[in-house]
Amino acid sequence: MFQRSDPPDITITWDGRELPARSGESLATALLAAGVLSFRETPVSGAARGPLCLMGACFDCLVEVEGQQNVQACMTPVHPGLRAAPQHGVRDLPEVEAA
Amino acid sequence: MERYDVAVIGGGMVGTAIGYGCAERGARVIVLDEGDVALRAARGNFGLVWGQSKGDGMPAYGAWTRLSITLWPSLAERVSGFAGRDVCYSPVGGLTFCLSEQELAERRDFVHRRHNQGHGTVRIVDRRELLEMMPGCRLGPEVVGASYDPTDGHVDPLTLLRGLHAGLRAAGGVHLPGAPVVAIEPVGGEYRIARADGAAVMARRIVVAAGVATTRIAAMVGLDVPVRPVRGQNIVTERLAPILPKPASAIRQTGDGTIQIGVTSEDDGILETPTTTAALAKMAARAIRVLPPLASARMVRGWAALRPMTPDGFPAYAESATHPGCFVAVCHSGVTLAAVHAGPMAEAVMGGGMHALAAELHPDRFARMPIQHVPAI
Repeated sequence: MFQRSDPPDITITWDGRELPARSGESLATALLAAGVLSFRETPVSGAARGPLCLMGACFDCLVEVEGQQNVQACMTPVHPGLRAAPQHGVRDLPEVEAA
Repeated sequence: MERYDVAVIGGGMVGTAIGYGCAERGARVIVLDEGDVALRAARGNFGLVWGQSKGDGMPAYGAWTRLSITLWPSLAERVSGFAGRDVCYSPVGGLTFCLSEQELAERRDFVHRRHNQGHGTVRIVDRRELLEMMPGCRLGPEVVGASYDPTDGHVDPLTLLRGLHAGLRAAGGVHLPGAPVVAIEPVGGEYRIARADGAAVMARRIVVAAGVATTRIAAMVGLDVPVRPVRGQNIVTERLAPILPKPASAIRQTGDGTIQIGVTSEDDGILETPTTTAALAKMAARAIRVLPPLASARMVRGWAALRPMTPDGFPAYAESATHPGCFVAVCHSGVTLAAVHAGPMAEAVMGGGMHALAAELHPDRFARMPIQHVPAI
């Protein structure tokens, strides 16, 4: 579907699987280039979702990055060894210490 | 020129509800709407269907609100069908959180006044009862109690607006957006309504439901209805796992999982809708005191809208004495009151007579009244 203009030079991990990426590109770009179209399921209907705007506005490309949920893949630059996974359902907020 | 039984001026929550109600009762209806430059309060609603705080000082408004809440389940079913998606009406009871003993004491006085004015369903609950009511809810340590009304609830206001518009069209009504109304003149027992874009229609009856533009347009049919804009800012977060089972004044979790945080009441008379960092920060800070886990929630959007506010903050309804068949309807609670607007108010417009409670909310009262600056609730 997408074709790279420049070759990949690093490796990232998506859902436990290694994928090629290129330094400086966004996680959304790396996933699309690797043929990943479904980034998450919307908690409203359960339907698959992927990037739409690729510029930080639509919040459709949410994924889990390094254990952090609901991260916008289009706004996340890749780095070697970055670990990401699909966002399943809504985000759970962590427990907090009482102020 | 097209002729209609009813022309509604204003395609927001109030006008569309009345227009839908008239169309459903067999009237040929047109809803005249301004363009996208309109200061649309209906795009900025918080989404509460709410009685506990309504009508302190005006018992008729309290009773009108309660009537609407009893009509809401049926409205919710119909608009969900028209909208093609669930309007998420959830009458699970509503809360107003108190974050200090002083706030709780003030709220207790308020609840007493509500009881004295006929609103008996609201009561004070302490922290223990709140936690029993919402097991596992991670309320902040400062939450000492709340007022609670089991008849209150919430709804998705944008789906409501969409459903009212779809219901209007399904009943044969017409929505004509694009330009403001500039003139209304009686012509042989009917009215000719002219718009800034040159369009004109004829109608036997008119409803002015033009939000913050109501004063200007109501004057065209001999009604003096002072309305000023009061700005409210809103925050919405990312979608989160269920964290707040009941809606509260200024904080609720929507059916889709987002947390909506409100809401300012800026009474500066300026017809603009900016958001300000100071206001958003203040709203967020209070929400975090209610529900500390929200400190790590991400904000997705902030926005502002202008509520149409009358001098005493209560709605105004009337039929014109000089222009028979011309009505005005203005309020800042278009969501809660949608069910009475689509019901008894539509019947009044169709000639069935003003409901006794709406009749008590005649704008004539403003002539005897200095401008008061009241918080929107």
